[in-house]
Amino acid sequence: MAIALTLLTLVALPFVAALATALLHQATRAVHSAIAAAASAGGLVLLASLAGPVIGGEIPFATWQWVPSLGLDLTLMIDPLGLMFAGLILGIGLLVVIFAHFYLDADEATGRFFASLMLFQGAMLGIVIAGNVLLLLVFWEMTSLASFLLIGFWQHRAEARQGARMALAVTGGGGLALIGGMVLLGLVAGSFDIATILARGDIVRASPLYPVLLGLILLGCFTKSAQFPFHFWLPHAMAAPTPVSAYLHSATMVKAGVFLLARLWPVLAGTELYTGIVTSVGLTTMIFGALVALFRHDLKSILAYSTISQLGMLVMLLGFSLETAALAAALHILNHAAFKAALFMSAGIVEHETGTRDIRRLGGLAKAMPMTALIATLAAASMAGLPPLGGFISKELMLYETPKLALLGLPWLLPALATLGATFSVGYSLRLAGHLFSGRPREAEPFARAHDPGFGMWAAPALLTVLAVLLGLIPMLLAGPLTGAVTAAITGAPAPAFDLALWHGLNLALILSLIAVAGGALLLWQHKRLLAAWERASLPDAKRMFEASFAFADKWVRKATVAVHTPSLQRMLLASFAVIVLLVIDGIQAGGSFTGTRSLLPASPLAFIAWALLIAATAAVVNDSHNRLRVLIYISVIGLVVSLTFVQFSAPDLALTQISVEVVTILLLLLALNLLPKSPPLLSSAPRKWRDGMLAVTGGVLVGGIAWAMLTRDPGPSIAAYHLANAKSGGGGTNVVNVILVDFRAFDTLGEIIVLGIAGLGIFALLDSTATGAAGARLRAWREDMPHSPERHPLMLVAASRIVLPLTLTVAIYLFLRGHNQPGGGFIAALVAAIAFLVQYLAAGFDWSDRRKRIGEHQLIAWGVLTAMATGLGAFLFGSSFLTSTFGYFSLPLIGKFELASAMLFDTGVFLTVFGAVMLALAQLSHIAARAARAHAAQHSEGGGA
Amino acid sequence: MSYEFLLATAIGVLVAGGIFLALRARTFQVVLGLTLISYAVNLFLFASGRLVVGRPPIWDKSVSAYTDPLPQALVLTAIVITFGMTAFVVILSLRSFLETGSDHVDGDKVPCDAQDGLADRRADDHEDTRA
Repeated sequence: MAIALTLLTLVALPFVAALATALLHQATRAVHSAIAAAASAGGLVLLASLAGPVIGGEIPFATWQWVPSLGLDLTLMIDPLGLMFAGLILGIGLLVVIFAHFYLDADEATGRFFASLMLFQGAMLGIVIAGNVLLLLVFWEMTSLASFLLIGFWQHRAEARQGARMALAVTGGGGLALIGGMVLLGLVAGSFDIATILARGDIVRASPLYPVLLGLILLGCFTKSAQFPFHFWLPHAMAAPTPVSAYLHSATMVKAGVFLLARLWPVLAGTELYTGIVTSVGLTTMIFGALVALFRHDLKSILAYSTISQLGMLVMLLGFSLETAALAAALHILNHAAFKAALFMSAGIVEHETGTRDIRRLGGLAKAMPMTALIATLAAASMAGLPPLGGFISKELMLYETPKLALLGLPWLLPALATLGATFSVGYSLRLAGHLFSGRPREAEPFARAHDPGFGMWAAPALLTVLAVLLGLIPMLLAGPLTGAVTAAITGAPAPAFDLALWHGLNLALILSLIAVAGGALLLWQHKRLLAAWERASLPDAKRMFEASFAFADKWVRKATVAVHTPSLQRMLLASFAVIVLLVIDGIQAGGSFTGTRSLLPASPLAFIAWALLIAATAAVVNDSHNRLRVLIYISVIGLVVSLTFVQFSAPDLALTQISVEVVTILLLLLALNLLPKSPPLLSSAPRKWRDGMLAVTGGVLVGGIAWAMLTRDPGPSIAAYHLANAKSGGGGTNVVNVILVDFRAFDTLGEIIVLGIAGLGIFALLDSTATGAAGARLRAWREDMPHSPERHPLMLVAASRIVLPLTLTVAIYLFLRGHNQPGGGFIAALVAAIAFLVQYLAAGFDWSDRRKRIGEHQLIAWGVLTAMATGLGAFLFGSSFLTSTFGYFSLPLIGKFELASAMLFDTGVFLTVFGAVMLALAQLSHIAARAARAHAAQHSEGGGA
Repeated sequence: MSYEFLLATAIGVLVAGGIFLALRARTFQVVLGLTLISYAVNLFLFASGRLVVGRPPIWDKSVSAYTDPLPQALVLTAIVITFGMTAFVVILSLRSFLETGSDHVDGDKVPCDAQDGLADRRADDHEDTRA
């Protein structure tokens, strides 16, 4: 259990730190960096406690089930490979935090910076100690997001935003491919557990899906690790603050792809396909990156391309599928992390102290900033692979491996190309150190300002450089055991015997190395001429190509969208209706008799009259839809007949609801029509009307036919019996419909009142903002066009409505109280109460009524929903599940025995929400109309006076 | 003539009218179409409990047979939600009219009737120049 806790704490620490920093965003820079540093240091201590056993061969792991149905477990495990990476992430993380503390200005958003940085650290740690493929993917995506935030930290800079977007697009896109590849891998291997997958390499490589999953996984790795041709995002990511570049874009995140290649080495490596792709991509990237780095001028850009090149070398080594090459890769990961992070920080120092990163403006800085010069020169020498530094040893190992593989069948090709890459590397490393620190200053201004920073700023790179030196002087002591263990972890086999040393005698690797150094020196000597040639050659600009391809995709996606999804409601509705009609016709093909066998109810003559009224009213609505006021009368006839239908067929609750909704709807339409055009011209052409008419008739016949087929058949077994049997005994009410609403299916009702509340608030939002802009101008220009009585608020109506108000409210309360046992309930009572108040608005006008309003409709909606939810949650207090109701019988003197049910409280919530939503919609609408009328009246009197 | 026949034909007629109106070009007609379709849908849902006369689902010791209460409960909330939807669509069309000066569903410019209360853009300009 202790191990499990350690692992969990290890991953959780950075996230906790991120949260703490984000919450304390108003604190000072020192607080932020202290939290981040403490988290990194704490992580290092935990890691150190695990280091001994892990190198000794143990693999601590811990598993918690997370989503077992998906095979997603929270499995953490730490093997030597994970240990090395975790050490880099935490160790360099700590140094970067210290460096960033001095690099960032105190008035920058350091809270956001360190929170993002810690988020990244946690995600990256997650990748390297995840023991489950799906978990790894989660962390993988998280690093892309954190990187996006960090690159775009200086939000006000366009290149930061563009760089962040590009990095996210490329690594995120690769991440998508990776998800596909990893899921396929898990399915082929039969498990998402990494340890299990690693043991099933043979099964995976033999699977017909192997090429697909390999391609997808490699796509993910190559985009993340900036391999050619996906490298272009990395130089643009340099828009990030330098500590971020030092951390993410040299030591950690870009190595995630390399890490994953190493992690899956036993499963994926060894096939011809793997070796071919990975080796050639790595080799191309190595040479290409090194070549471009030679001709860059921005310090960080040089370092970015050099990182691309070095990552290419690592990928190539893993691509060899040789255990000794894996050893070289493991050692070089350590070396590269040390010298590259030191170089990035040095670049940051130079920029910080001189105000520029342009190498063409700098020079001779060794005199002005000797400490920085010493650090950076040593680190660059390690990067160049010069003895006696760490970089020399890993480059020797790399060159030693190259003759073992015959590229294109030519045994000399790979050594030659690798040497070419190494030559370029020496070239740009020498140029970086040489042009920056030796010679004469090229411009006076930056040089005049230059001086060594305080200890705090150079301490971190100095420590890293010391490591880079020691990795060359005492490699076996410092890195021997770790490298061996890591190699064993990568290959899944005992590490080959090896000896890390500067001198292995005169061999091919040494000769190649010497050639590279000599060639590099030559490049530096001839740099001016080469640069001129490079600049004459017109080379494709990756950024422009990226943007062009995005613009291209954007254009065609838009075209495709418009082609499929016409922005015309009419056409979309036509298509939807047509599809539904076709589906129904298709369903009818299944056969069966049209008329069922249920005995039918003979209709009364009255029913026939009501039916005829409905048909006639519907026809009138369709035929006369241009005369909008008359249409409202027809609509209300239909609503009335529908209510009568409910009355006739044993649904008193529905009848009450329908009739009150009808009143409210007609009021709403009247108010809206007041502002809408009343008698618009005809728009549709005759053929279109015929087409729509045919579709409408077909739809009507089909739906009517289905209704007929349903009505003439007996229903299947219904769950109604349960509700009927338990309404009184379980729900405490005899009105089964109401008991269903507030008890059996109360969760549905809760959802529905929330929807209604949202509709009410949406209406408010739509209308509240009409005072300004084009809508406001139109409203002000509105003039009343309906003839109305000279007396706006007839006295008789006002007087009558005030008497009716308490009466109607009494009815509403009565309907509400009896709702549990007799037709009524919260919905109906709310509608009746709303009508009572709306009558006041009608009779006495908006202003009079609004002044007397005590509670806002927003509060009513909110309290309604909260009451209903609180009732439901209250059930938890009694150990029941959500919305369980209870009831009891009480007796009071005078009143006698009565029943109280908790469902009543729920129904109160329903009442409040429905009442609030209805009132909000109508009151807001009349408010707009009143405002428009007032504005017009004011303008009118003004105009008349003039 | 049976009740079932009357209800089924009424539903069919409502759907036909609703579809036709929903396909028209002006927002108010579309609102009317949706209203008709809503009536039809509510009636259809209700009808899925079959037609039963005189047996409301009010529990009583002495009564043994009731109509199915479940479709009724569904339709009751559906009626209220229908109001919410209608209100929202009406206000949406009103807002879009105020915003664009057109009550065409796709916001197309249509000739505005001189009888209408809301003048088109030209009237606004006129007001502005006068002010």
